[in-house]
Amino acid sequence: MIGQSPLRILIAHAALILGILIVAFPIYYTFVASTQTLQTILKPPLPLLPGDQFWNNYSEALFGGVGRIGGVSVGRLLLNTTVMALGVAVGKIFISILSAYAIVFFRFPLRMTFFWLIFITLMLPVEVRILPTYKVMVDLGMIDTYAGLIVPLIASATATLLFRQFFMTIPGELVEAARVDGAGPWRFFFDILLPLSRTNIAALFVILFIYGWTQYLWPLLVTNSNDMNTIVIALKKMVSFADADTQWHLVMVTAMLAIVPPILVVVLMQRWFVRGLVESEK
Amino acid sequence: MATVDLNDVRKVYAGGVEAVKGVSIAIPDKQLCVLVGPSGCGKSTLLRMIAGLETISSGTIAIDGKIVNAIGPTERDIAMVFQNYALYPHMKVYDNMAYGLRNRGTPKAEIDSRVRSTAKVLELSGLLDRRPRELSGGQRQRVAMGRAIVRNPKVFLFDEPLSNLDAKLRGQMRVEIKSLQRRLGVTSVYVTHDQLEAMTLADMLVVMNAGLVEQTGAPLDIYEKPASTFVASFIGAPPMNLLSLSTGSSATELERKLLGLAPPGGRAATLGFRPEDAELVADAEDRSGALMLPATVEAVEPVGAESFLHCSAAGNRIVIRVGGRTTAKPGDKLRITATAEKLHWFDQGGRRLDSASPSF
Repeated sequence: MIGQSPLRILIAHAALILGILIVAFPIYYTFVASTQTLQTILKPPLPLLPGDQFWNNYSEALFGGVGRIGGVSVGRLLLNTTVMALGVAVGKIFISILSAYAIVFFRFPLRMTFFWLIFITLMLPVEVRILPTYKVMVDLGMIDTYAGLIVPLIASATATLLFRQFFMTIPGELVEAARVDGAGPWRFFFDILLPLSRTNIAALFVILFIYGWTQYLWPLLVTNSNDMNTIVIALKKMVSFADADTQWHLVMVTAMLAIVPPILVVVLMQRWFVRGLVESEK
Repeated sequence: MATVDLNDVRKVYAGGVEAVKGVSIAIPDKQLCVLVGPSGCGKSTLLRMIAGLETISSGTIAIDGKIVNAIGPTERDIAMVFQNYALYPHMKVYDNMAYGLRNRGTPKAEIDSRVRSTAKVLELSGLLDRRPRELSGGQRQRVAMGRAIVRNPKVFLFDEPLSNLDAKLRGQMRVEIKSLQRRLGVTSVYVTHDQLEAMTLADMLVVMNAGLVEQTGAPLDIYEKPASTFVASFIGAPPMNLLSLSTGSSATELERKLLGLAPPGGRAATLGFRPEDAELVADAEDRSGALMLPATVEAVEPVGAESFLHCSAAGNRIVIRVGGRTTAKPGDKLRITATAEKLHWFDQGGRRLDSASPSF
């Protein structure tokens, strides 16, 4: 049993605070850097307290970026990344909940074969099949489109398996009760299965949104035009900008802006699915 | 409202297991028919076939005279109460009850009035805004019943609905189900493995064993005239005492004496009598035409209003019931008697032998 003596509490808190410092300090330091002038950043040591360039740097990054990375504003980059991350998350959930539904609740020929086919794709991450996928995207004319960014990443064995596991825990009696109550396959899906899955959907959405947001290799390949870059690609391009000095203060601002949407998603959805978890407790 | 007729119904599963081996039952209108039997006897499978949740391998099932073999559960106009209630966990009590009506396109106003009046009958009016997990077991059971009643179906199907409740609540719900079924007059099929539940609820009792019907009839008729040793030992608690008798030269004097009491026209192999039909006789008197059995008490179970004496007699273990308290203690030697009309005789195959009916 864990004691409640003051010393133990002190040690526990110290360990937690240390952990938080280790995780949070680099982010704080990036924030500090994003409020300094370029000269201050280039002349070590970097101060530990925020500078006075907050408004200058952030407004320049947000509104004055034209011509800086191929004429694309940070807003456009954030929009691209948001579209991609949302598309990947929603698409993955949509596809995998439907395939799990088919595999668990319907009896059709080759059902287990399809299940194993989906399962086997777990062994084939994007990187392994990247060349054929790229070729297909080129042939379909999907380079530099949102569809090209999103569609190849949508199929998800992991999410399908997670939904399958969850669906298997739904008692047979509940399915039968719905049948006796006159619910066909679609009604059962929308009225019963979907509401019961919302905590799973929320949790998956958080994970998949961040997965989509942080994609690097695929967006790098499938987008040529700067207009279609995601923010991660743009950051990379800003750092290794060939014909000018790296604008470190703006890089730091962009990095700060890039982590805001995932944080928002985590914070908002976390409250949602914690509530869901508590609710579904029997 | 409806009759339910099963005609030579069989269920063979894909693996070749035959769960139901040709069952024919005719349930009259407004009757409560209880299917009772040990687990694995096919009673639940049979119920699920009536519901349309299992396909019928052969034979026919007719509801209200119409064969429903090819019709899905929705169109059969039945309502089912499940063992684990199967309430929709994310819906309020109101929506749980309204769901079936909504799917059938019932007008909103009618749904509302039917849900509210059903809730009133089941004393659920104050709980309509709760979710299932906020309810006690008994309340959930009521909601499950409400969900069935509100639809006003032709047939109610109950699949061991009380087995998750504690003993006290079970007794209470049993009475409620019975009176509700009477009041609504809806033909019902009720599956249970609990013989007490079966006896008290049934208008018509069907005892099943190994996929076959052992006996059909009114509960007390079955109790008084069990058709086989299986029924005799399944119905009644404690079960009927069964003494196996051997015939031929090696039979002991006692056994030959017992056989002398058997009805003519059959070779009796088993003698049975109910624990409450036995009497204790202290003296050595011999009553003619009655069973006289020396026995040794092995254990005494006082229940209060009655006591059960577990005895060994003629190489068999038997139980007898004595009213009130008893002074008997383990080791006591007793003489047990039962009059001839209280004895049950069964042949080699466990079938009942009756002096009234010809033997088989």
